[in-house]
Amino acid sequence: MFIIECPWCGKRDQSEFSTHGEAHIARPEDPSVLSDEQWGDVLFFRHNPKGQHYERWNHAHGCRRWFNVSRNTASSEIYASYKPGEARPGAGKS
Amino acid sequence: MKQPNRLEHGGRIDRDRAIEMQFDGQTLSAFEGDTLASAMLANGLKIVARGFKYHRPRGVFSAGVEEPNALVHLRSGARHEPNARATVVEAYDGLQSTGQNAWPGVRFDISAVNQLLAPFIGAGFYYKTFMGPVKGTAFWMFCEKFIRRAAGMGRAQTVADPDEYEKVNAFCDVLVIGGGPAGLAAAIAAGQCGARVILLEQDACLGGSMLSLPVGGESDACLKAMEATLKGMDNVRILKRTTVFGAYDQDVYGAVERVWDHVEVPPAHQPRQRYWQIRTKQAVMATGAIERPLVFANNDRPGVMLANAVRSYVNRYAVLPGKKIVLATNNDSAYAVAADLVRAGAEVSLLDARVSVPAELFKPLEALGVQLYPGYGILAAKGSRGVSGAKIVLLDENGCARGPSKTIRCDLIAVSGGWTPVVHLWSQRGQKLQFDEQSASFLPLKSASSTLKTAGSANACGDLNQALLQGEVAGQEAAKAVTGVVGVQVNVPRLKEAIYADDWARDLLMIWSVTREDGSTDGKAFVDVQHDVALSDIDLAHREGFVSVEHLKRYTTTGMATDQGKLSNINALARMAQLQALSIPKVGTTTFRPPYTPIAIGAIAGREQGIHFRPTRLTPVHDWHVDNAAVMIEAGAWKRPWYYPEGGETINQAYVREAAHVRKHVGVVDASTLGKIAVQGPDAAEFLNRVYVNAWKKLKIGRLRYGVMLRDDGIVLDDGATARLGENDYFMTTTTANAAKILGYLEHLLQTAWTDLKVHVTSVSDQYAAFAVAGPSARDLLDAVCSGADLSNEALPNNQFVKATIAGVPVRINRMSYSGELAYEVYVASGYAHAVWKNLFKAGASFDIKPYGTESMGALRIEKGHVAGPEIDGRTTLGDLGLAGFASRVKPFSGSVLRHREKLDMASRPTLVGLEIDGDTGGMAGSLIYDQRAQQMGEEQGFLTSTTYSPALKKYISLALLRDGHERFGESVDIVNHVGDTVQTAKVVSPHFFDPEGARQNA
Ligand SMILES: [Zn+2]
Repeated sequence: MFIIECPWCGKRDQSEFSTHGEAHIARPEDPSVLSDEQWGDVLFFRHNPKGQHYERWNHAHGCRRWFNVSRNTASSEIYASYKPGEARPGAGKS
Repeated sequence: MKQPNRLEHGGRIDRDRAIEMQFDGQTLSAFEGDTLASAMLANGLKIVARGFKYHRPRGVFSAGVEEPNALVHLRSGARHEPNARATVVEAYDGLQSTGQNAWPGVRFDISAVNQLLAPFIGAGFYYKTFMGPVKGTAFWMFCEKFIRRAAGMGRAQTVADPDEYEKVNAFCDVLVIGGGPAGLAAAIAAGQCGARVILLEQDACLGGSMLSLPVGGESDACLKAMEATLKGMDNVRILKRTTVFGAYDQDVYGAVERVWDHVEVPPAHQPRQRYWQIRTKQAVMATGAIERPLVFANNDRPGVMLANAVRSYVNRYAVLPGKKIVLATNNDSAYAVAADLVRAGAEVSLLDARVSVPAELFKPLEALGVQLYPGYGILAAKGSRGVSGAKIVLLDENGCARGPSKTIRCDLIAVSGGWTPVVHLWSQRGQKLQFDEQSASFLPLKSASSTLKTAGSANACGDLNQALLQGEVAGQEAAKAVTGVVGVQVNVPRLKEAIYADDWARDLLMIWSVTREDGSTDGKAFVDVQHDVALSDIDLAHREGFVSVEHLKRYTTTGMATDQGKLSNINALARMAQLQALSIPKVGTTTFRPPYTPIAIGAIAGREQGIHFRPTRLTPVHDWHVDNAAVMIEAGAWKRPWYYPEGGETINQAYVREAAHVRKHVGVVDASTLGKIAVQGPDAAEFLNRVYVNAWKKLKIGRLRYGVMLRDDGIVLDDGATARLGENDYFMTTTTANAAKILGYLEHLLQTAWTDLKVHVTSVSDQYAAFAVAGPSARDLLDAVCSGADLSNEALPNNQFVKATIAGVPVRINRMSYSGELAYEVYVASGYAHAVWKNLFKAGASFDIKPYGTESMGALRIEKGHVAGPEIDGRTTLGDLGLAGFASRVKPFSGSVLRHREKLDMASRPTLVGLEIDGDTGGMAGSLIYDQRAQQMGEEQGFLTSTTYSPALKKYISLALLRDGHERFGESVDIVNHVGDTVQTAKVVSPHFFDPEGARQNA
């Protein structure tokens, strides 16, 4: 029920968005060269911190763009939201 | 009925408006301004409820939301409501109420025999008796019914609530929670500083604790002045009868406004309750405090009440619940109560656990004739169906009796163990609480939050003028944090002088439980009266090794249900601390969670109920289906025709007829629910080539192709056909269920991973309708109705499409077959779909055209061995489904590496087979398959996925996933339905039951 800032549309209600877990998981350039362990990291292993976390969100009921959010998982305080491809902002308040 | 306990004068009731209510068949006469509880007391009702576990008689205990005893059923029929606290139910003429936890009634309750079993129903009784070996046994099944019925906490209504509820979103700068002195001062100050303020008060009137003070006194003048000030402020919105039940992340607060709960039936088009979701920048928590009970033997008897609740009944409701009153306290706050009770005509004895009491407190009382007992406490209440006396003793520093007891005759015992600040919202925000030794309470750690401020009793402020000052400061600071403007002059009324010398937080003696010298009690002494948790239960839990407060809470159930620690928390903690020889803060406190007080689910659901629970999606020809008597089925949010019964057919008769008709003549099914995605751009072919397992770069314009997608982990994701409409223009279809998921998946790839690809994906599911025309006469029918296209087998073979018109409407006709018959899919813009559909039927009359639904569509595809949702279940691979041949060996695609994981490549995996079921009963999807030579238990060898009666084969068939399936054609297997407890036999065959060569679809 909190407010999220879409980098394209601005501040909107959480109900317009869907969340998809940890951000900055790079898709393998060449899938054939990854070891099983590397595939495990790409597909299955995720950080689950209490506190600051980089996450992927989708403005599903809006512009349908994907973007990243730096959020505190304990308080839901949002430190930053930014477009995919942009560098992650420093942990904590920007 | 006469009102024996109603005072001649005073109170904040409207004596000109007499009303009558019913409780358990008795008539209660009352006045407007009463609550159900004040009317019960005014009418001399002593027993109003029964205890939860032991069914002991209970009376009204408090005057607020913390009420543990007087829980009642309100109203009857569809408007019936359980667990209403009579202390906050506003009286209205005609109100019907009945008691709970009792059968046949509260005055005579059969289960009261539980009192005799009391020694056996201690802490953890249910766990001990019904966990372990007996759980899940017939014994538990047998007992459960009776336990649940006897224990009850009211019974819910099972018919739909006829009233309306609604939701509101609101925004403000400063949210003030609580309309008592601190909250009113905060709202005035924040408003005068220019902030947009919302003030919420759970009561029907503003004033909070000031409403319990004598009518017409100086506090009333102050309250009137504050109300007048607020009335003149445009930027302050006041909501009464509104409870903030939860505080959430990012300063969102949930509140419920009881708009029309104080009448039997809300006015037309008005909601009974309104759910508010309020976003604020700053909040002031002026939530007050709840008086703490004292613990002594039989402290649950009707006639034992909180001291300031008695004061509230006297001053606010003009009800004196007893004539001869024993007041017991460990702090200052009983002294003003004693004075008010004497003035109302009662005879009062005052016991103070403290040996030395300040003269300014007791001197005025002596003059009023109050008998003082310094150093005394109550060891036990006397009387069984109501208080008849108090056994009092001198106390040592642990609350143990010192010397012999003596008995004072009385008809009411009023107790004050200090106050518990209401800090629930603070705790809900995940903020820390800190134990304050002076007030013996957990308080907000002030520096912890920058957006939530506290003021008044919630802050353990025990003095009225101080509370006003704290409210003013909090309101000012909150406004300053929003507006950034400093130094605004505010003007909040103040009392000229403190009326009473009392300050409950000043000099409290931490004794709450009174016991005999050996620590035992003279009868059940309750820590939590609502849950019947006695001091002895806490002691038992301690002996059994429960040291954590969270464990203790769950084991004994103390502070659960509507109490949520309001009354029981500190007393339970103090006892634990005593037993563990620790301080209270070392024992810790439990975490409060929403809701603060119970709220109706209806208020949260609002109007999102019934068919409005979620949106319904209808295809463009929905009305035709309804007009033609289709039975509809829900497919996700969609409504689809399930079957079209003729002449009273059952579903089984109808789908078999429809499927057979398609194979003989021609049928049409509405396939508009398919996911449709426009994939456009110069790199569209490259993109399709990466997401589908098969090759796409050589697909010519005018052609279409079936494709399968995998997840990155190699499991099958979805399938469907994609047509190439133009150079850079592709039209993808997905399964109905996965339409949104696939769109999101493709967007994610394009926006985050393959940003260099010049491709746009756009959902066009709602823009196009699709009809499958299938059957031997399909071409003849379309030839008759279409213009501008050659539909001959040579000009339009399978996997090609043409553009044509039907009745002047442009359509696209894909030659492809799901049913296995000669078939076409007609795509048309949604707005023209109805017209095209009707033209198909008009022209189709001479070809014996029939519509068919999803059930027969399923039968046709099972006969052909085509996979759908039950087979693409998120666990199956291309190999499992017999689709491995589609996968390219030369190009990489999503999932191309991990589909060859060791366990996914195992030859023995269950693979798709057909089953011909013996006998004249169909199989049940999900039934397990066992080898006939082995036991029909343990790990299965496979399971049924999709089953149907096959009109073409004239037998029951099923698709199934079976271990080593391809090598077992011809084998007979057992099908076990563990749910229905049936066993069938079946022959394993190829999943392509009907026309495996595809001669019919290529005709
Ligand atoms: Zn957006």
